[in-house]
Amino acid sequence: MSAVEHGAGAGGGSYLTSERGLRSWLLTVDHKRIGVMYLGVIVGTLILGGVFALALRLHLWNPAGGLVSNDTYNKLFTLHGAVMVFLFVIPGIPSALGNFVLPLQVGAKDVAFPRVNLLSFYLYLAGAVLFLVTLVVGGLDTGWTLYPPYSLEGSRGLGILIALVGVFLAGFSSILTGVNFIATIHKLRPPDMGWFDLPLFLWALYATAIIQILATPVLGITAALGFMERIFHLGIFMPEYGGDPVLFQHFFWFYSHPAVYIMILPAMGIVSEVVSVFSRKPIFGYRFIAMSSLAIAVIGFLVWGHHMFVSGQSRWANVIFSFLTMLVAIPSAIKVFNWLATMYKGVIILKTPMLYVLSFFAIFGVGGLTGLFLGALATDIPLHDTYFVVAHFHFVMVGAVMIAFLAGVHYWWPKMTGRMYDERLGTISAVLVFLGFNLTFIPQFLSGIGGMPRRYATYAAEFTTQNRVSTVGAFVLTAGLVIALYGLLASLGRSGRRAPANPWGAASLEWSAAASPPSHHNFDTPPRGVRPYDFSVLRKVSEEAGWVNAGGEAP
Amino acid sequence: MNGTATTRPGSAGPSPFLAGHFRSMGEQLDTSKLGLWLFLASELLFFGGLFVAYAVYRANHPELFHYAHHFLDWRMGGLNTLVLIGSSLTAAWAVRSAQLGRQGELRLMLLATLLLASLFLVVKYFEYAHKLHHGVFWGAAYHPSEEILASLPAALRAAPVPAHLGTFFSIYFLMTGLHGIHVLVGMGLYLWLIRRAGRGHFGPGYYVPVDAVALYWHLVDMIWIFLFPLFYLI
Repeated sequence: MSAVEHGAGAGGGSYLTSERGLRSWLLTVDHKRIGVMYLGVIVGTLILGGVFALALRLHLWNPAGGLVSNDTYNKLFTLHGAVMVFLFVIPGIPSALGNFVLPLQVGAKDVAFPRVNLLSFYLYLAGAVLFLVTLVVGGLDTGWTLYPPYSLEGSRGLGILIALVGVFLAGFSSILTGVNFIATIHKLRPPDMGWFDLPLFLWALYATAIIQILATPVLGITAALGFMERIFHLGIFMPEYGGDPVLFQHFFWFYSHPAVYIMILPAMGIVSEVVSVFSRKPIFGYRFIAMSSLAIAVIGFLVWGHHMFVSGQSRWANVIFSFLTMLVAIPSAIKVFNWLATMYKGVIILKTPMLYVLSFFAIFGVGGLTGLFLGALATDIPLHDTYFVVAHFHFVMVGAVMIAFLAGVHYWWPKMTGRMYDERLGTISAVLVFLGFNLTFIPQFLSGIGGMPRRYATYAAEFTTQNRVSTVGAFVLTAGLVIALYGLLASLGRSGRRAPANPWGAASLEWSAAASPPSHHNFDTPPRGVRPYDFSVLRKVSEEAGWVNAGGEAP
Repeated sequence: MNGTATTRPGSAGPSPFLAGHFRSMGEQLDTSKLGLWLFLASELLFFGGLFVAYAVYRANHPELFHYAHHFLDWRMGGLNTLVLIGSSLTAAWAVRSAQLGRQGELRLMLLATLLLASLFLVVKYFEYAHKLHHGVFWGAAYHPSEEILASLPAALRAAPVPAHLGTFFSIYFLMTGLHGIHVLVGMGLYLWLIRRAGRGHFGPGYYVPVDAVALYWHLVDMIWIFLFPLFYLI
C-alpha cells in the first residue's frame, strides 16, 4: 500500500507516508497501521478458511463423498471451523476495523496503550501461525470445539497441543484489545464529548470489550487445563483419570457463547453507522441501540448451557438456560426495529456499504429467528447436531458478521487508504455475496430438518439436491468475495480515484474532522465532540470533493 | 510515541514520561490505572476457572478433599500468608513513598517487597519438594511413599482411601502453581521498578508504574488469601 500518496491538505503527509520502510510498519505503535496489518492477516485467514470450505463443499457433491478421505474431511472441517472462528470472525471487526476507527471516532491520537496494542497484534499472529503448524504436524480432527475425551486421548499427536496454545495466544490478544478499547473510550474522549455523543459503533465495541475481558480468560484457562491434562493426566477433564468431560463443555461454552456476541455486536455497530449515513437520517432510538448492546453483552454471559441440552446437564438447568436464551431476542429485535425505523422515510442511497447492510437485515433476521428454534428445548432436541444448526450459525457468523465486515471495509476503505473503491464492482460483489450465501445455506436448513447430521463425510442419497445446490452457492459466494477483494485492491493502483475527507456525508469525527487517509496524529488540532448523527451541519460539494461542514471549509 | 507532549493551559509542564497521546499526567495516571483494573478483572476470571474446578470436585468428592488436605502443612501455608500480607504492606508503602518523593524509603520498600516475594517462593519450594519427594504427584501420577502415609493421623490411615486422590493434587498444584507464576512475574516487575527507582524516575509527578505494579501485587496477595483456607484449613 506504499503506492498511496495523498496529503489532503494535512501537513506532513498521511499515516501511510509519514514513515517508510518495513520496520516502520512491523514495529509501529500507530493504531491505524496496526489496524491495517490486522486487516491484512485477517483477510488471509478468511481466504484460508474459505479454501477449506470449498474443499468441503466439493467433497459433499456426491453422497459418498470422494474428493478426500473421510479422515481428511474431518481435519478439513475442524480447521475450517477453528480458523474461521478464532482467527477471522472473532477478531475480524474489533481488531482490524475497531483498531483503525475507534481512536478516530473518539477524537484521540491513539488507543490508550499503543505498545500493548502492538503486543496484541503479535500474539494474534503467533496464534494464527500455530494453527498453520497444526496442519504440518498432521492436522486436527476433533471439530473446532475440541471436546474431550476424544480430543485429549493419549494416542493423539502434537496437533491438539499446538492448537490449544494457539487458542490461548489468540485469546490473550483479544483480552488486550478489549482493555485498550474500554480505557480509550473512557478516558481519551474530548472533554465535551458525552457518553451519548459516542457513535454507536463505539457503544458496540465497548460492549464487545466487556465480553472480551471477562469471558476470554475462561477460554484461556480451559486451553491451559486441556494442555496440562493431555501431558500430565490431571484428572480434570478425562474420565479415565477421574475427570469430568462435561466440565470442559461448561468452560468452553462459558467463553464460546459470549464469543458469538464478540462477533455480532461490532457487526451491529457497523450497521448502525451505515444505515444512518446512507439513509440521510439521524439514527432512530440511539439510546435503545446503545443500551441493547450492553444488554446483549450481559445476558450473553448467562446462556451458555443452551449448547448442552443433550449433554446430560440437569433438566432444570435446561429450562433456565432456554428461558434466558429467549431473552437475548429482545435487545436484538430492538436493534432491528430501530434500524428499520431509521430507514423509514429516509433518502436511501444504495452504495456498496448500504447494499451489504440491507443483506445483513434479511440474513440476520433469518439467523436470529432460527436461533429461537434451537433455544427452545422441544425443538432443539431433534435439531441438535444436524445441518439446521450449521445453517443457523452460518447465517449469524457469515451472513451477518462477515457481511457487516464487508460493509465496514467498504465504508472505511476511503478513510484507510485515501482511495475510492469501484462502486460498480462493489455493487456486483454485494449482490453475488447475498445470492451465493442464501443459495449455500438455505438448503442446509432443509437437509437439517430432514435429519442430515453435521460433520459426516457422507450422507444419505435423499439429500443430494440440497447438497449440490449448496455447493454451487458456495462458488457463487466465493465469486462475490473475489470481486469484492479485487475491487478494493484495484483502487490502490494508478486508476484509483482519490477519496475526499468525507465522501459519504457522515458526521462522526473520523469523517468530519480527519483527512483521508488521516495524518500520523489523526487530527491537526484536537477535535471537539460532535453529534455523530446530525447531518444537517454538512453540505455536499460534489461527488469528487465530498461533503464539507456547512459552516466552513473542508477539514 | 515520540515524547512531544502537548501542553494545555492548566496542565503541568511536559514530563519526559508523558506519552504523546495523553493530554496530561493526570489523564495518563487515570487511564493506566483503569487499564490495569480491567486487566485484573480478566485475571480474576482466569483464576475463576480453577476456582470453579475446585468447587465442582469438592462438591462431588468431599471425601477426597477431607483426606488429602492432611498432606498439607497449615504452618507453612500460614507463614506464607503472613509473608504475602507483609509484602502487600511494603508494596503500598512504596506507592506512598513515591507520591511523597522520599527516594530512599521508596527503594527500601521496593526491595523489601522483592525479598518477601522471594521468601514466599522459598517456603513454597520446600513444600513442593517435600511432596514430590514422597510421590505426592498430580492426577494419575499420584503414588505416595509409605513414609508420608505413615505421617497421616491414625483415624485417616484406618479409613478407606478415596479413589482418584490425585485429582486433589492436580487442583492444588495447578492453583498454587499458577499463583506461583504470578509471584515470579511480580518479582520481575519489582526488579524493574528497583532499577528505575535507582535512576530517580519516580516522584510526586510520576509514579504510575509503582502504583500499577502494587495493584497487581495486591491481587496476587488476595488470591493467596483465598487459596490458603481452601486448601490448608477446610
